[in-house]
Amino acid sequence: MSFFKKLKDKLSTQTDSVTEKFRGGLTKTRESFVGAMNELMMEYRTVDEEFFEELEDVLIAADVGVNTVMELTDELREEALRQNIKKPKDLQPLISEKLAQLLIKSEEETSLNMQPDGELTVFLFVGVNGVGKTTTIGKMAHQLKAEGKKVMLAAGDTFRAGAIEQLEEWGKRSGVDVIKQQAGSDPAAVMYDAVQSAKSKGADVLLCDTAGRLQNKVNLMNELEKVKRVLTREIPSAPHEVLLVLDATTGQNALSQAKTFGEATDVTGIILTKLDGTAKGGIVMAIRNDLDIPVKYVGLGEGLDDLQKFDPDQYVHGLFADVIEEAE
Amino acid sequence: MAFESLAERLQGTMDRMKGRGKVNEDDVKDMMREVRLALLEADVNFKVVKQFVKDVRERAVGQEVMESLTPGQQVIKVVNEELTKLMGGEQVKINTASRPPTVVMMVGLQGAGKTTTTGKLALHLRKKHNRKPLMAAADIYRPAAIDQLETLGKQLDMPVFSMGNQVNPVEIATKAVEQAKEDNHDYVIVDTAGRLHVDDNLMDELDQIKAAVNPDEVLLVVDAMTGQDAVNVAETFHERLGITGIVMTKLDGDTRGGAAISVKAVTGQPIKFAGMGEKTDALEPFHPERMASRILGMGDMLTLIEKAQSSVDEEKAKELERKMRTNELTFDDFLEQLSQVKSMGPLDEVLKMMPGANKMKGMKNLQVDDKQIAHIEAIVRSMTKAERDDPSLLNASRKRRIAKGSGRNIQEVNRLIKQFEDMKKMMKQMSGMQKGKKKGGGMKLPFM
Repeated sequence: MSFFKKLKDKLSTQTDSVTEKFRGGLTKTRESFVGAMNELMMEYRTVDEEFFEELEDVLIAADVGVNTVMELTDELREEALRQNIKKPKDLQPLISEKLAQLLIKSEEETSLNMQPDGELTVFLFVGVNGVGKTTTIGKMAHQLKAEGKKVMLAAGDTFRAGAIEQLEEWGKRSGVDVIKQQAGSDPAAVMYDAVQSAKSKGADVLLCDTAGRLQNKVNLMNELEKVKRVLTREIPSAPHEVLLVLDATTGQNALSQAKTFGEATDVTGIILTKLDGTAKGGIVMAIRNDLDIPVKYVGLGEGLDDLQKFDPDQYVHGLFADVIEEAE
Repeated sequence: MAFESLAERLQGTMDRMKGRGKVNEDDVKDMMREVRLALLEADVNFKVVKQFVKDVRERAVGQEVMESLTPGQQVIKVVNEELTKLMGGEQVKINTASRPPTVVMMVGLQGAGKTTTTGKLALHLRKKHNRKPLMAAADIYRPAAIDQLETLGKQLDMPVFSMGNQVNPVEIATKAVEQAKEDNHDYVIVDTAGRLHVDDNLMDELDQIKAAVNPDEVLLVVDAMTGQDAVNVAETFHERLGITGIVMTKLDGDTRGGAAISVKAVTGQPIKFAGMGEKTDALEPFHPERMASRILGMGDMLTLIEKAQSSVDEEKAKELERKMRTNELTFDDFLEQLSQVKSMGPLDEVLKMMPGANKMKGMKNLQVDDKQIAHIEAIVRSMTKAERDDPSLLNASRKRRIAKGSGRNIQEVNRLIKQFEDMKKMMKQMSGMQKGKKKGGGMKLPFM
């Protein structure tokens, strides 16, 4: 259990409130996922083919994805053979460790790319319909404002009925300005306006909302490319982040989303929302395994502060809290 | 992406068996593994998959597959039949109260598409069933949710009942039904706030709304992209509220939509509608047998044929067929055909419904842009009548004029002319095969 011991030591330097948020938000996931895992350990006496098939099911049930699961169990089969592991209980730490490694595999930067003081930072939010783009922007605006930043919002979802009003409501709640045009207007034009306005008002951060779109709609994806181009034309280094918002309850289609949005807009990070349901969020592992896009933020609840920086250590701890405590 | 159709998956197993003719039990086992993986990749819940594979295996090990000369196809047939059965077999219509108004309650997770679906359903009821629905805005939590429904109401010219966001949703729903009675609406659609099924307080609120308005239909709105968790969501909503039907949304995406199977399997309630696009009229009755084909990656021929039938003019199709046989096809016919295909809906969706489309070389990643069609139209429209009738007239200077006139470049004009000539050649070859069949004149897609 040295792996978890290290993890625990690392986390002990962090504030308890963050750890609590992750623990709380991942309760459902942990209960169902780790619960199923424990059941599996008790049910099987030997590590055999049937055991591995059952293990595959448990992982697949968490939306980890067939490909990733098959790779993982193949590695475990080899490992079990090599180390001559016969009892499921002896294999358990190995399983947890492998999963954790999938999440923490690289020490990549999960913080947001903020520009130095005095320069405008622009974030573009993209994603399919109903994942929570506008809500996420509202929450992030609130947090950035609390940090003392001058924040502005660009109402780039000119398509969905009520989307502009929704963003304005968030603007009102956090006391930040919203740049908008009429519903149905060209989103690229809104972005142009927003950048000009943010520049002249000396804003620190501009958060750009876009309409949700399914990734197989070519025209809409082209429109998104245009929106991004306009931002780059106005500020060559912008957008400083293109954040793909994913719903944690999404299944394997999330991979297709990450891939297609990635190709169209060079996504730099993922925000995983609605993790507080019973969703297992296993799709995070599939995305980390198949595509190299880091998860930057996670939505762990409905509260304003429940949008949290993604911390792989915290995430793993949240998932395996029970295992870790048992190990001590 | 990693999504292979079941047919492709089984092909691998088939290849290994080549030359042996018949299959043995090991082969069936291999094939069942492929079935299992295909369904899991389509996001069908693993428990549902387990039971399903067991059922299919029993049929497969029996004579049907083992005795067949084309075991792969037999397996697909069996899987398709069982899937259709699992999804309820036939299309089920929306409930109607014996004494109006019929009260419909929309429930589901956040972002599933309840408000949008409320608008679509209201329009569907008015357009297809000649009803007079009232929409009720009972989502007081999400910022601007009421605005969204009111905007939809304005777009559709459909009345919306709202009391702002300071009133209890139970009261809003109750008053909405009273209002509907007063104004002689025959349907009331209550849009409720999205909520997590694990949120007890909010689930209690739904209970109360249900008790207060006694709905004839409780529709659970489910995002077709939902993963394994769809089962828990559907189970909880069903236990708490006793849902009477399901609406799958965002089915116009590229998801396989295995969640449809899962929710049907755990609730036993029929899927009544499918959301097929962003436009307000993009709500269609759900057809289980077509969904089965989609999940298996087999295309949706029935919907395609239906769309073709409803948008193709029989007379014109016959005339076209005659022209193709005699090789008299002109650019005008080409335009005509284009507009017919276009009236069937966005091209990428039309293409997706064609069986085997995903197997054709290059088709898998083919992205059809409706704008390209507009470009083609512009080019053809820039030709003179004489040029359209006789493309051989098109010399370099004429082509330059056409390019200028249509705002496209000369290469595009050349490409189009070449495609047109190729198509004519192909049609000539095909017309020999088509003679026996009278129908299907509108099914040839000129841009392919």
